[in-house]
Amino acid sequence: MIQIERLYKKFGKNQVLRGLDLHIDKGGIFAILGPNGSGKTTLIKAILGMVVPNKGVISVLGKPIKNKWRYRQEIEYLPQIANFPGNLKVKEIIRMIKDLRQEPSDEERLISLFSLEPFLDKKLSTLSGGTKQKVNIVLTLMFDNPLIILDEPTTGLDPLALIHLKQLIREEKEKGKTILVTSHIMRFVEEVADEIVYLLEGEIYFKGSIPDLKTKTGQSDFEHAIAAIAITTTDA
Amino acid sequence: MLKILKYSFYDLMRSRWSYVYFLFYLALGFVLLFLNQDLSKAVITLMNVIIVLVPLIGTIFGVMYYYNSKEFTELLLAQPIRRSSIFLGQYFGVAGSLTLSLVLGLGVPFALYGLFKSDAIWNFSLLLITGAFLTLIFTALAFNIAISNENKIKGFGYAVLMWLFLAVVYDGLFLMSLIVFEAYPLDSFSLIATMFNPIDLSRTLILLKLDISALLGYTGAIFKQFFGTNTGLVISLLMLLLWTVIPIWRLSYKAKRKDF
Amino acid sequence: MKFRISISLILFLLLTGGNLSANTLTICSSCEIKSIKEGISLAADFDTLFIKKGTYKEFNIQITKPLTLLGEDYPIVDGEDKGEIITIQANNVTIDGLFIINVGTSYTADYAAIRVVESENFLIQNVVLEKLFFGIYLEKSKNGKVYHNKIIGDAVDEYNSGNGIQLWYSKNIEVKQNIVQHVRDGIYLEFSDNIIIADNTSANNLRYGLHFMFSNDDIYKNNTFENNGAGVAVMFSKRIKMYNNTFKKNWGTAAFGMLLKEINDAEISGNTFAENTVGINIEGSNRIVYKNNDFVNNGWAIKVRGACYANSFVNNSFLYNSFDISYNGNLNDNIFDTNFWSDYTGYDLDKDGIGDVPYRPVKLFSYIVNRTPETIVLLRSLFMDIIDFSEKVSPVFTPDNLVDANPLMKRPK
Repeated sequence: MIQIERLYKKFGKNQVLRGLDLHIDKGGIFAILGPNGSGKTTLIKAILGMVVPNKGVISVLGKPIKNKWRYRQEIEYLPQIANFPGNLKVKEIIRMIKDLRQEPSDEERLISLFSLEPFLDKKLSTLSGGTKQKVNIVLTLMFDNPLIILDEPTTGLDPLALIHLKQLIREEKEKGKTILVTSHIMRFVEEVADEIVYLLEGEIYFKGSIPDLKTKTGQSDFEHAIAAIAITTTDA
Repeated sequence: MLKILKYSFYDLMRSRWSYVYFLFYLALGFVLLFLNQDLSKAVITLMNVIIVLVPLIGTIFGVMYYYNSKEFTELLLAQPIRRSSIFLGQYFGVAGSLTLSLVLGLGVPFALYGLFKSDAIWNFSLLLITGAFLTLIFTALAFNIAISNENKIKGFGYAVLMWLFLAVVYDGLFLMSLIVFEAYPLDSFSLIATMFNPIDLSRTLILLKLDISALLGYTGAIFKQFFGTNTGLVISLLMLLLWTVIPIWRLSYKAKRKDF
Repeated sequence: MKFRISISLILFLLLTGGNLSANTLTICSSCEIKSIKEGISLAADFDTLFIKKGTYKEFNIQITKPLTLLGEDYPIVDGEDKGEIITIQANNVTIDGLFIINVGTSYTADYAAIRVVESENFLIQNVVLEKLFFGIYLEKSKNGKVYHNKIIGDAVDEYNSGNGIQLWYSKNIEVKQNIVQHVRDGIYLEFSDNIIIADNTSANNLRYGLHFMFSNDDIYKNNTFENNGAGVAVMFSKRIKMYNNTFKKNWGTAAFGMLLKEINDAEISGNTFAENTVGINIEGSNRIVYKNNDFVNNGWAIKVRGACYANSFVNNSFLYNSFDISYNGNLNDNIFDTNFWSDYTGYDLDKDGIGDVPYRPVKLFSYIVNRTPETIVLLRSLFMDIIDFSEKVSPVFTPDNLVDANPLMKRPK
């Protein structure tokens, strides 16, 4: 699904990715974790083509993505901070994204799932953070594509919405899709993720299942296991 | 690209600022005509306004729109759309709506005052064409500055400085160098220096219409060739086109290489 | 013109009863008299030569007795470039309705289509001249009229072309309703006094549309001068009156609507100067009254170059000129009062039609352009406007007493 070889990226003097290699096979939920500034968002943006790497090759669905844009048709991306053009209405932004992507969508179901009907005629700038995030989720998941990338999907969601979200993610997985997730909420990660990709200083420090991680760190609790990585590395 | 253009344009058409700009020109047109009742005089006054104000508005609007639509841009970047299309679409959306405000804002009052029956129509059309070019050029320059500066304040500052430089400082330096080197033949220098500033270029284009009698008073053969024939008009228009194309090209070049 | 000729023809036929009488001689290719010269030699004083349509290849036609030469439907007199065509050396000669072409060109003699030498009471009218060197040349002649002629030259260079209508040492002549084009000077006056030049059109001439040298007490009015090499030049002359003329589109390095050089006590009023590089160029001219003139869309409406004293500019309109007035010094002894200036931005609070703030017609920029002509490309730039504004507030380079203290709010009628 995604092949990344020797990926380097530098922002000014700050070397964010240092020869990162990553292979993600088809199907399953992959959580990309790591401390702040470890390069999670950069990695995701590189996959989406929003960040141009200094070196290295990224292939999505078997093809290198450099200077390409059509492959994004196969990706659903939920950006981290849902900042939308403020003077558009919810209805309008949904229509716009549909118009831009030109593919079948089932926004009706998602809108009713998150009870967004009363907000359809409101401008995006008037919405609360949580509602915006719900709109964000609708915009992302209303299509049917093999690769889904979710950057901090839980931000601002109320418990009910969170349950719906998890449900949705699971449904997508059952359809055999590949899902990349980043999150700071370890319980969420533990609940949904099949595999963990742990980034540290621009490289993959660990890749494997949660039980593997627990064994490796000798911790029985997932959150502690993650914390343990951070401690060992700061010690080292 | 057309889709992005459509959305940017649509977005701008709903924003307050387009109306402010449109109403400003509408008011300007009516006030000028009300005070003068004379189309030719109004065209001259308008020229002074256009040469200074259109670049300023294009610059500020361009920078503002770029920074304000950052979220929109990021939303679009994850979509299956070519990068250059996103930026060019937005650019043409802004420049297009500004041009439309200019043309309609000034066109309506002048048309109502009998422009179509007057000989001022050619001067006026030239004025609008120049205004449109200046909008395209300065919006493109503003987008260039904005895309190269993440920092909003810095970008804004640079853009305003650029306007100030091209609108005033450049001519000051230009005049000084002409006076300092007055012992040398300067006609090609002065024409070339004009070409390097889109504001001067537009001014020249308008001078060709309004002040041709004065321009032909100068002895130099190159001046004569430039102002006395259609050469000046053709070269100025070509240069304006170049001034439009180059920043747009750089914008699309930069857009392809920028990280978001 | 045709109408007029046919009337005179009818009158003439009525008078003569269609017969060959003692005072009318008909000339045509099938007549007894086949050439003009022959006719002149046969004619007695005050006879009329009736020249029928046809081509007469003749030159050096000397008229030495009072005669009338009347052409029917513009008979062509073709000089075949051999020299002067008609020379009048007698009083009371009329030439009417001829089409004269191919005057000889010479570097030593000023060949003319029609020359009047030391004669009085002549009338030259309805004549068409083409392919000429000099057109109508009046030499030491008096009390004549040059009326309703059309002179179309094909001059290319000044050195081998002549003037359309030239007056030399002549007095009391009326030059009216002529059209002169494509010659060196449209109308040229030298040492000629008490001349009236009215209703002529002088256009597309190589040098001047009208040119005065050492001529006094002349009037020219209601003429149109357009697109001449340098405009109209009035030089070394006194008491010339210039009324209601139009000076248009004289473009070029040394071009102007009107050049005044060493002119004293002239009166210039009701004229229109439009789209000239310089409307009026003034050098060494004193006590001239400029009144009710319109200066429209000129590069410079008025350029004053040194030694001009006690001139007054009153009730003129200055409209959309690139520069209204240019001085090359900062001294001023001329008066500007109650003119209308389209660039005036003042206000009139007491509503008396006169602006409450004086207007300064000389801009600093015009001073800079005088010094460094290339700076003209900065015309109408914001920078120059700022500089001009500061000079307006505190004049340094331009004459500080050069103000119109009573600028009009509306154009004078």
